[in-house]
Amino acid sequence: MALGLSVIFGVVRVVNFAHGEMMTLAMYLTLVLFSALGLDPLVLLVPIAAALFVFGYLLQLGLINPFINRPEHSQFMLLVAVALVLVNLQLIVFGPDAQGIRTAYSFDSFQLGPLIVDAAKVYAAGAALLVAAALFAFFRFTLLGKAIRACADNYEGARVVGLNVKRLYALTFGLGAACVGAAGAMLMAVIDVTPQIGPAYTLLAFVIVITGGLGSMPGALLGGVLIGVTEALGGVLFTPSAKSMFAFGLLVLVLLFRPQGILGRKTA
Amino acid sequence: MNRRTFSRNIAAAGAAAALSPFSIVRAQAQKLRVGVLLPRSGIQAGIGQDCHRAVEVAASVLRELGLPALDIMNGDTESNVDVARSRAERLISEGAQLLVGAFDSGQTTAIAQVAEQRGIPLVINIAAAPPITEQGYKFVFRNFPTAPMILGDAFANQLEIFSSTGKAPKTAVFMHVNDTFGAAMQKGFTGVMSKFPQIPYKVVDTIAYDPAARDLSVEVAKAKASGAEALVMVSRLNDAILLTRELVKQRWSPMAVLSMGPGWYEDQYLKTLGKLSDGPLSFVPWYDPNKKLTKQLEAAHSKAFKEINLNTNHVYTFEALLVAADAFKRAGSTDAKALADAIRATNIKDNVSPGPGIQFDAKGQNSALKNSAIQNRGGKLVTVAPQAAANAKPELPMRPYDKR
Repeated sequence: MALGLSVIFGVVRVVNFAHGEMMTLAMYLTLVLFSALGLDPLVLLVPIAAALFVFGYLLQLGLINPFINRPEHSQFMLLVAVALVLVNLQLIVFGPDAQGIRTAYSFDSFQLGPLIVDAAKVYAAGAALLVAAALFAFFRFTLLGKAIRACADNYEGARVVGLNVKRLYALTFGLGAACVGAAGAMLMAVIDVTPQIGPAYTLLAFVIVITGGLGSMPGALLGGVLIGVTEALGGVLFTPSAKSMFAFGLLVLVLLFRPQGILGRKTA
Repeated sequence: MNRRTFSRNIAAAGAAAALSPFSIVRAQAQKLRVGVLLPRSGIQAGIGQDCHRAVEVAASVLRELGLPALDIMNGDTESNVDVARSRAERLISEGAQLLVGAFDSGQTTAIAQVAEQRGIPLVINIAAAPPITEQGYKFVFRNFPTAPMILGDAFANQLEIFSSTGKAPKTAVFMHVNDTFGAAMQKGFTGVMSKFPQIPYKVVDTIAYDPAARDLSVEVAKAKASGAEALVMVSRLNDAILLTRELVKQRWSPMAVLSMGPGWYEDQYLKTLGKLSDGPLSFVPWYDPNKKLTKQLEAAHSKAFKEINLNTNHVYTFEALLVAADAFKRAGSTDAKALADAIRATNIKDNVSPGPGIQFDAKGQNSALKNSAIQNRGGKLVTVAPQAAANAKPELPMRPYDKR
């Protein structure tokens, strides 16, 4: 999920405040398809990522592109409005109750010596690594990926050499949304969904990408691991109710000593 | 018809037309406008909507009791204290003459402040934090036990269960949700427990957790690492489900789950977890199955909601409306002060909750309420203590999760 936020900001330079709500949309799609077809969320990951890709592509093409050269606060308000629309649509369609799915491995866990690891989280982590690897490969080895990176590096230069920047932006936003779609499908195997959980995950994604470095894909992965480990250790060694405090504490330290994030690049 | 008769008829018709709005107003005034504030969306939406089922059922039962009809105005607190306050303000502005609500102690505290400032009676359905009725409020009434009352009865019922089964844990972890209700219960827990030296277990760790938590794996890992035999819980619905899932995943089957709050006995808990929901003991404000009105309410409830068991949310929300209708009947007026005086003088013997009935002390608290111990068995709830109101024997230890 954080990877998607990082990809979008890294290229389009738009902060997606509807990120969490897009994830809950993916979770509800997973819920509906699981109930209708009985397919495992790990199988549904691909079609849901594709559906979110289309959603993200159209959102960027139709709604966000006209705002690209407008002041940042206009972009901010636009995406907050998109988030509110998504939450309310989900409330109307699915209601406020928490809803979940039960897979064959919902209650499974692996024992590694004294450690017990949740099976659903292991599968989700494996799928997240695969998605990240595919995204890295796309940006590094494909022409399209290189074109997108060119847009990220130099907007005017990319236009000068004839790249259709707005379409590439839409493609990038679609890819970011596809990452969110994959995250939503996997998360559905781990937690229940309600329309209101979106903002908390948007905030978490921000903490992760700011810690790792806004716009850096490896930074998003590193940030995710660091925040997760910090919360877990804080909860075990001190008090679980204050575990978020430790994650935010880490964020404050990073902002103080390395404002661009651990793997982020300094901007002029 | 001559001109004089015609004029007289026209004048009479005109007078009737002119006066008719007043008669409409008088007819409307015969209904008490009750603003029912509940968390119908947000983190507590499931419970808020469960409470609302009692609002739907109440009309027919109150009619059978010969009590006046209530004009219900629904309000959603969105599980948020600030929203609860503003919704209370809005309901009063829109004409609410009495408020009922609001399940959560934090939200109820905010609503109580508004009710007192505006001089509109508030009948609390569910909220256990003691300070609400310790502020000297004149318009706030609570027909629900406070946290110390719940805890006192919980320990008494536990002793009865340990004695009847001959099994008791020696150690326990106390886990509680870190909100107004959970914090009040945590404060009261140690103090009330000290009054019950016969309690056989020692609390080896206390773990507080975020009410909006979506992952409680760290909390359960910490509780398991303490080596405790039992889990003493103060939780809500969503966290009760999350905790049970984590207990299964982390392969920890405590000897007993002793819950002193909502969550573990609720229909959504039973339906979501199926056979994994069996076993927890909940020490809760419940209903007396032997009372006449309980049977009446149960019949109306099962007619309206066949798949849903009658529970605390329904009983106490219904009783709050019962108090409102009863007071309105006796006051014969919608005047706020007259209503508050009538509520203060309430003496309902034929009620649903355990205990001698509904009366309020000088602080506006029904201090005579009693609680029960219930256990989940095969998707149903049975009352296992106190023996006088029990319909089943307790099962202890709980069957391990991996053997179900």
